[in-house]
Amino acid sequence: MKAEVLVAGQPAEGHALVLTAPISFWGGVNPMTGLIADVRHPQHGVSISGKVLCLPGTIGSSSAAAVLLELVSAGLAPAALVLHEPDAILLLGLIVAQEMGHATPTALRLDRAEFGEFVDAKLAIGSDGSVLISPLAGEI
Amino acid sequence: MALALSAGQQAIANGAHGEGAAMAMRIVAATARLMGAPSLIPIASAHIDGALYHGDSGTLFAEQLVLGGGKVAVRATLNVGSLDLTGCSKNRLPSHEHGMARRMMDAYRTLGCEPSWTCAPYQAGHRPALGSDVAWGESNAVVFCNSVLGARTNRYGDFLDIACAISGFAPYYGLHRPENRRATVVFDVSGLDPAFLGSEVAWPILGSLYGREIGDAVGVVAGIAAHPGEDALKAFGAASASAGAVGLFHVAGVTPEAPDLATALHHQPPEAVIKVTAEMIADSRRRLSTALDMDRIDAVAIGSPHLSIAEFDRLEALIGKRRLKVTLYACTGRHTLAVLEKNGRRKVLEASGVVIVADTCVVVTPILPDIAGAVLMTNSGKFAHYAPGNTGYGVIYGSMAECVESAVLGRPVFEAAA
Repeated sequence: MKAEVLVAGQPAEGHALVLTAPISFWGGVNPMTGLIADVRHPQHGVSISGKVLCLPGTIGSSSAAAVLLELVSAGLAPAALVLHEPDAILLLGLIVAQEMGHATPTALRLDRAEFGEFVDAKLAIGSDGSVLISPLAGEI
Repeated sequence: MALALSAGQQAIANGAHGEGAAMAMRIVAATARLMGAPSLIPIASAHIDGALYHGDSGTLFAEQLVLGGGKVAVRATLNVGSLDLTGCSKNRLPSHEHGMARRMMDAYRTLGCEPSWTCAPYQAGHRPALGSDVAWGESNAVVFCNSVLGARTNRYGDFLDIACAISGFAPYYGLHRPENRRATVVFDVSGLDPAFLGSEVAWPILGSLYGREIGDAVGVVAGIAAHPGEDALKAFGAASASAGAVGLFHVAGVTPEAPDLATALHHQPPEAVIKVTAEMIADSRRRLSTALDMDRIDAVAIGSPHLSIAEFDRLEALIGKRRLKVTLYACTGRHTLAVLEKNGRRKVLEASGVVIVADTCVVVTPILPDIAGAVLMTNSGKFAHYAPGNTGYGVIYGSMAECVESAVLGRPVFEAAA
């Protein structure tokens, strides 16, 4: 499958983490740990670090980019981001991280209807926007 | 459509105004490409949310702009920082974080931003004109600026806000375009009890519901008989923008781009109509509270967005001559603090057990005592949304009157249900 590249970055492999509700990075993700901190979020307590993070939507604060920049510089960022639609507030974190000389995860756009296939899968994300699915049977 | 930069904009990106301005212009242009904007437009002002410390990288970013000789090209007010520089309140940030937060606040001042340190700049003298293009950050300020003032801004996040302020330009897309300001969803509250609509908690509860229902669409609230007052719209916007990605709402007959419902809809049929029911309101109210233990409170916090002087008038009237058993944190900006200082009002409030928090607030920096299983009572839809994740406190939601009574008695008390 091929997705539109929103922000070019590093190719990556990682387990998909498909969020089932929109999230606000600020207040919703702890920048010191990479854990989902929003107690009302269905994936509360789950780590986004090193995952291919699939976001059905983003909400809330305009500080999302700062949290994402902090995650990138602390080595706690997702391996890649897959967004239903481009979100300038969040993706600015990647653009600024590049200005600051960090290697950044790739951000892709894909319809959230496709996310269902990613549940429990390992994904390989190419810097050209390619998405390769390998089921995790026996691995977890 | 590919982004077209003017010769002047390209020159700034190439370093004509120094490396700070070049970095700012590159960030603005990269965002414009990401969002499919065909061009950049000049902006009249900015409100900067970026000076709140989330980690060292944000401080280093601001210092990189300073090092490159960056200066804001337009009026730029500052949102809250992580420190109360007025000394009204103390926070528990460890010394490294405290130092980096201070460096960050200093860097933004060096870039030429005004030390307003408030999330309610629109009540601190920064009110852009109807129809003007601006670049504002802080979700509640964005929604107020668009909806109540009728100026045009997207939801500018950290970094992009200051990049726009320094370059003087913003990507032309989203809510800068008049056609995108049309309401597509009607949020009809005409079926609700007028007694509820007139109550103190109506607007934060409605805002929270509106944000969840509407997401990032533009909606129009229909069925409001009279202007509810600026502080009510402030509370509605803040709650809606923390529960959803709301950037602009209209209230038919109240907000400037909605003299009536048809105008807000740009004379087109709506894509959806949400008939708000009493059950939806009850559910929305329940969702604002998270505390498992409804019999204790460890702190009360009000002032998200920052309290206006009218809200302090109300707070003082509710407290009267009584003393509070539980600390009430009243968050505000230094523009309001200056008024409170004039007639000794600050001292009277503090003597009754109020802690005034200026320049910052209790959900963005550790001011509340670290108590296991602690419970915070608040009248703010926005505090209710963010306190559990950011402070570890469970939340009990109540009106300002209920918050004050509870602080006086030292346990949660609620008015008889209307």
